[in-house]
Amino acid sequence: MTAPPLSDLPLRMLPSAGRLARLRQAAGGPGSLRLIERHARVYRHAWLVFASGVFEPLFYLLSIGLGLGVLVGRVTGPGGQLVPYRDFVAPGLLAVSAMNGAMYDSTFNVFFRLKYDKLYEAVLATPVRPAEVALAEIGWALIRGCLYAVAFMLVMTSLGLVHSPWAVLAVPVALLIGFAFAAMGMTGTTFMKSWQDFDYILLASTPLFLFSATFYPLSVYPRAVRVVVEWTPLYQGVVLLRDLVLGAVGPALLWRAAYLAVLGVVGLYISGRRIGKLLLV
Amino acid sequence: MPEVLVRARGLTKRFGTFTAVDGIDFDLYRGEAFGFLGPNGAGKSSTMRMIGCVSPPTEGELTILGADPVRNGPAIRARLGVVPQEDTLDVELTVRENLLVYGRYFGLPRALIRERTAQLLEFVQLSDRGGDKVDALSGGMKRRLTIARSLINEPDILILDEPTTGLDPQARHVVWDRLFRLKQRGVTLILTTHYMDEAEQLCDRLVVMDHARFAAEGTPRELIERYSTREVLELRFDPGVHEQAAEKIKDISAKRTEVLADRILLYVKNGDEALAAVRAHGLEPLTSLVRRSTLEDVFLHLTGRRLED
Repeated sequence: MTAPPLSDLPLRMLPSAGRLARLRQAAGGPGSLRLIERHARVYRHAWLVFASGVFEPLFYLLSIGLGLGVLVGRVTGPGGQLVPYRDFVAPGLLAVSAMNGAMYDSTFNVFFRLKYDKLYEAVLATPVRPAEVALAEIGWALIRGCLYAVAFMLVMTSLGLVHSPWAVLAVPVALLIGFAFAAMGMTGTTFMKSWQDFDYILLASTPLFLFSATFYPLSVYPRAVRVVVEWTPLYQGVVLLRDLVLGAVGPALLWRAAYLAVLGVVGLYISGRRIGKLLLV
Repeated sequence: MPEVLVRARGLTKRFGTFTAVDGIDFDLYRGEAFGFLGPNGAGKSSTMRMIGCVSPPTEGELTILGADPVRNGPAIRARLGVVPQEDTLDVELTVRENLLVYGRYFGLPRALIRERTAQLLEFVQLSDRGGDKVDALSGGMKRRLTIARSLINEPDILILDEPTTGLDPQARHVVWDRLFRLKQRGVTLILTTHYMDEAEQLCDRLVVMDHARFAAEGTPRELIERYSTREVLELRFDPGVHEQAAEKIKDISAKRTEVLADRILLYVKNGDEALAAVRAHGLEPLTSLVRRSTLEDVFLHLTGRRLED
């Protein structure tokens, strides 16, 4: 008995060339970088608008963390230790700002480009694909979010609100939160008909902002409410950041991160499909 | 035989139950200027979008530059230039940045784009406006910029959907002049229009589209010969006798007579002879005009004089 020649062995582990190409298409390509390049060029004319996004979360930090924090005193942190309220609330505000920044770019701006600006119409007449448009928009939201998260972390560090070396992961986690919300926001936007529909986004993001254990621990809720809150993506983000910054790190954080990543990937995929469905008709 | 760049057989586009394009066949050859004429809603833009690979055909066969637009859309689009019906310029950028950013969508290196930008702005006479925001440009300038933008990738086919609709006469003539120069340089053009003079000036070959199908096709000269006469006699009578005159004129042997609300048109071989015959019937028109047939006569004959949005 002789062994079959090597070339006859089926290499089933590797996807076929066609499937690889399709995967690459679904994941976007260089076209998304070029649309990001366009956005960067537009904001060169409006860098002040761009930079202004740094301030909103800082105002919250000053008002609620430092101001209100004086009245609140100490609260129980994630490891059971007592921490000053401002230390407790700061990571929550970082999570909120990651959410808001991502949502703003991927909802209002995307809707404008989709319905009024005809930007995507122009872009899709070139070799750029719908999936690349989705990736570019979400990627752009993240670039912006990264800048804001870094600025916020610098302020937190300078105020002495960071207590663990794990906090170096706070910026990547803020980006992960941004990724999940940008992808979901963009998906939602592709279903919107008019500016009125944006009330639904506020209807979703305002309670998330207020009730996702951003300002107080989950333990204040009755059991039934707790279960609901635990499934919200912002809660997962708040816990991730709070545990990292205050140094209460465990393997459960990986699941939380995975949850956000899955939301982001699903949103990225659907929004790319939707852009194609809306414009390539 | 020149190379076939676009080949369509039984090409059909439906939106739900509405049929926008109903099984059309055509071949587009390299180097020619091919026109789609037709009233609004005839299916011209739907056809352009299918050729531009931004609208998948519902049925039929479509091959563009030898490839299938559904499977190879991005690769085909890389070799097309598109001037859409409504400008899609990037209003947040300057004139020069518009060309740069658009060229980057095609993956062209910045240095190459800069080089072409200078030439293209020169070509569309916008060299001195390079640093201006797009918003500040007039309608005609925006149109020219859109044409410059569509040429940034040196396309094999330039697709123009109503390139001069909405422009004032001066601006239209500038655009025509530029398009004519492109044609002289051997750029393959596909354009839609409802301006007959535009079609007559620019198109080597054209089709008249009506109700999602081709009503006629040929060169402008062929269409005039086939569907009209050499000359047209236009008569205008006093409103009081308009109808009686129309009745009497039926006796005169014209190839076709058309009675409009304010005029009577006689399609004849010799307009002066026909006018003499009208007078011989004892009719004295207020005004009379003998002119050559144009594509407009063909168009109105084929698509009727009904009004559509």
